[in-house]
Amino acid sequence: MTEVSVDFSPALRGTEQSAPLLQVEDLRVEFRTRVGVAKAINGVSFEVNSGETLAILGESGCGKSVTAQAIMGILDSPPGFITGGEIRYRGVDLLKRTDEERRLVRANKIAMIFQDALSALNPVFTVGFQLAELFRKHRGMSRADAKKRSIELLDLVKIPAARQRVNDFPHQFSGGMRQRVMIAMALALDPELLIADEPTTALDVTVQAQIMGLLGELQRERNMGLILITHDMGVVADVADRINVMYAGRIVEKAPVYDIYAKPSHPYTKALLESIPRVDLKGQQLNVIKGLPPNLTRIPAGCAFNPRCRYTQDVCKADPVPPLHQIQPGIASACHFWKEVRGE
Amino acid sequence: MSDINAATETVAGAPTTSTAPAPAKDSNTAPAKERNASLWSDAGRELVRNPAFMISLGYILLMVSMAIVPWLWTSRDPAICDIKQSKLPPFTGDHLLGTSVNGCDYWSHIVYGVRPSLLIALLATIGITFLGVTLGVLSGFFGGWVDAIVSRIADMIYSLPYLLGALVFLTVMRKSELMTRSQNSQVVVIAIVLVILGWVGVTRIMRGSVLAAKNLDFVHAAKALGATNSRIMFRHILPNAIAPVIVVATIALGSFIAAEATLTFLGAGLQAPAVSWGVMIAGHIQYFFEYPYLVLVPCGFLVGTVLSFILMGDALRDALDPKLR
Amino acid sequence: MGRYVIRRLLQFIPTVLGTLFLLHYLTSVGMQLTGNPVRALFGDRTPSPATVEAITRKLGLDDPCLKSPGNPCLELFWQRLGLAPRNGTFSGYLQGDFGTNLRFREVTDIVSTALPYTLKITLIAFLVEAIIGIIAGVLAGKRSGGFMDYVVKIGTVLVISVPVFVLGLLVQLFVSVKFGNWLRTQEWVPEVISRGLFGAAYKIDYPFASLVIPGVVLGLLGLAATARLTRTSVQENLRADFVRTARAKGLTGKRVIGVHTLRNSLIPVVTNLGLSVAVYLTGAIITEGIFNVPGVGNQIGKAIFQGESMVLIGITTMLVLAYLTITLLVDLLYAVLDPRIRYE
Repeated sequence: MTEVSVDFSPALRGTEQSAPLLQVEDLRVEFRTRVGVAKAINGVSFEVNSGETLAILGESGCGKSVTAQAIMGILDSPPGFITGGEIRYRGVDLLKRTDEERRLVRANKIAMIFQDALSALNPVFTVGFQLAELFRKHRGMSRADAKKRSIELLDLVKIPAARQRVNDFPHQFSGGMRQRVMIAMALALDPELLIADEPTTALDVTVQAQIMGLLGELQRERNMGLILITHDMGVVADVADRINVMYAGRIVEKAPVYDIYAKPSHPYTKALLESIPRVDLKGQQLNVIKGLPPNLTRIPAGCAFNPRCRYTQDVCKADPVPPLHQIQPGIASACHFWKEVRGE
Repeated sequence: MSDINAATETVAGAPTTSTAPAPAKDSNTAPAKERNASLWSDAGRELVRNPAFMISLGYILLMVSMAIVPWLWTSRDPAICDIKQSKLPPFTGDHLLGTSVNGCDYWSHIVYGVRPSLLIALLATIGITFLGVTLGVLSGFFGGWVDAIVSRIADMIYSLPYLLGALVFLTVMRKSELMTRSQNSQVVVIAIVLVILGWVGVTRIMRGSVLAAKNLDFVHAAKALGATNSRIMFRHILPNAIAPVIVVATIALGSFIAAEATLTFLGAGLQAPAVSWGVMIAGHIQYFFEYPYLVLVPCGFLVGTVLSFILMGDALRDALDPKLR
Repeated sequence: MGRYVIRRLLQFIPTVLGTLFLLHYLTSVGMQLTGNPVRALFGDRTPSPATVEAITRKLGLDDPCLKSPGNPCLELFWQRLGLAPRNGTFSGYLQGDFGTNLRFREVTDIVSTALPYTLKITLIAFLVEAIIGIIAGVLAGKRSGGFMDYVVKIGTVLVISVPVFVLGLLVQLFVSVKFGNWLRTQEWVPEVISRGLFGAAYKIDYPFASLVIPGVVLGLLGLAATARLTRTSVQENLRADFVRTARAKGLTGKRVIGVHTLRNSLIPVVTNLGLSVAVYLTGAIITEGIFNVPGVGNQIGKAIFQGESMVLIGITTMLVLAYLTITLLVDLLYAVLDPRIRYE
């Protein structure tokens, strides 16, 4: 197969190196299913720059993975549809580009790591095949060269005996090693932006730390932008620069990582922080968030968090949805009562 | 494809996995029963609205009425034939579908030919359902050596291509008194052979269902409360596992009718003077090119019947599968 | 893989013995209930007792157990297998002796003359089933609810509902006779097409062309099942995580379907293709009979017609052995295709 991408060194047509790496502007996604339309993302905006780590935090079903898939352009459609907004990579709105152009952005410019490496890797091909495929199809390399590069990559992600293991199948690796393979695969074509969707959720705690350490190290070396999607506040604290907290398809709080831990500005963030078990509060009752995340086909009017929030007043229960109040440069909260939440 | 095991697997693959209902934490039988009641009444409502099912059901009811009271459908005796009036075309005189090569009224043969086919299918289906459910429940519930024996025998039978096995046995039996004495005796022998070679599919489905049901919480709970084995089987497990068997049985009715006709066509099934669609087809095959309707008319009725049963089975499966709603 | 192969081989022997015993028992019970099948061979004539006895002994049917209903005739079974001596010599399946017909022609000889025809139509049937079935199934699975999806769904139900012999008769009447007769009046149509391909029966002058239609009829049997299985398998795999990964790797749609989805989807399909050979065994009796192909199926038909039980048992035994061998090969192939089994 002769691929158009044999020489991909010229960047995507119309990009400007000076523009921010990735800007998402008012993104909206909905899933049209038989039971109704689920509004998965309702106007999400954020920005990531080279060398920076943005964490997107939220419970399962809040739309964080959907955001990642929308950026990658791998949303299952149908049922998923992007109904509005822009996704700008170096100033170019990807949503306005052809499928072929978007395909070439994937892996070359923006790459992704998935949560469960066992199911995300194809069980019937060797790890080497799945890595080499990238070099062969995107760079037009020979089988032998591609295999050599694959071994180098496995070395890079610190898989021992890479030369032998390149011929192994995914199920022959341990969970942590498999996730390293996923990372190697994502980094193969030197992308500028890496999206990691719950990269450590399926792993043991000790392995989690190793993988996060590796990711951070590789990111610094290559000055990549990193979007880290997680529900785990512990993971975020060590690596992220900034945090966006999502709830029911919207961003409810944005802040640098230290500020969020020190002084959350949204009741939801605050509740999340309080629900982490802490050694110094041993013996006390753990604060869990009451209720369940809303059904995305019937999101409550006003602030979507109002049925579970202890600050709720009548204004929260009616539209419009509270806007993101700019509190300080870099800190914003979508709560009418952010002052009370911050204790100011 | 008249292979019952293949047919049940291609058509009825879904229900085995889908009938395991949401686990009920409650230990008494009420929730299981209620759930089943609503499953069946929901399914009933859905089936009534399904045109394919209703048309098929109507066709089958017509055929069943022909089998039970054939004299209401034709005033002629199928045994009275006039060789001088052989191979008359349809609509001649009072012969609605013309006459056979022996000058028998073709319509009366069609009417009287339903009974043996339906009877074989019905007996065989009852047989495989009874045998399959019993063996499936026993081997699924008790496991161990019961399971080992049943599974090994099932494997053996499964390794013998279905029709080939029936063909060999019936050919050897063909001249025996059992196969020449009367139509009813032929019917019973063919049905028994079909059962012996056909029970494996139902057993495997049932065994799977029982294994799945065994691990549901309410079964554990019933066990913990000291319910007896038989009570657990009949009150808790069977109601949950029976839906896929009903689907398979419906489809099996169609497959057995096809199997009987195929065996008869090959000369190993029913033999004249028995009257059946298969006999009609086999008896006129040598006149096929000159008088194609003599073959095509019974073929048409045959395909209609088989198709109806299979469509009904398909509709039943869709209606009984809560996941598809 | 070694352990899997050994286990499978060890299971093979009892399965073969069990299945052959089942066949042996069915026929023995048949004879016990019917009486000496040799008598039936003479039709209305009454042969002298000496003749009957001589033939009976020659055919190996003189064992007294064949007169007591329900007796499993174990001794006879071992003799037929060639594991116990009969009249002082070992001659059974193991020694390549599958019995003789009434004129003492070896069953192996009958089969070897007929086999090439059956192999040819089986090959045609297999190709029809595999190629059309897989293509139709992939097209149907790729677009669930699309046109091909309905074609496959309806086709499956129809093929299951129409007995093979009805299908064969219909094709013979409408394609080979009606359409063929018209073709034969057209002067521009070459004979190989009008008389060979669209002939109503096998003709020695067109050894391959006149086998095509019987082969296609035979292939239609399994076609629908293959298409349906491929369809469900493709649908399932398209939702798999590793397909999303393949898309995230920026691979072309063709490669995502053709390599990453198809390879995985075909594992169950290949198994099914192997098993459809069983359907061919019985189907061939019918199609070869209808189209008058002098193959193995036709010999079975002849044996049924003439009441040659020993020929029927001999051929059936060979077919069952062939079938069991094929299932064994399919199982081993399965291990080659699915590395998860290989390394169990």
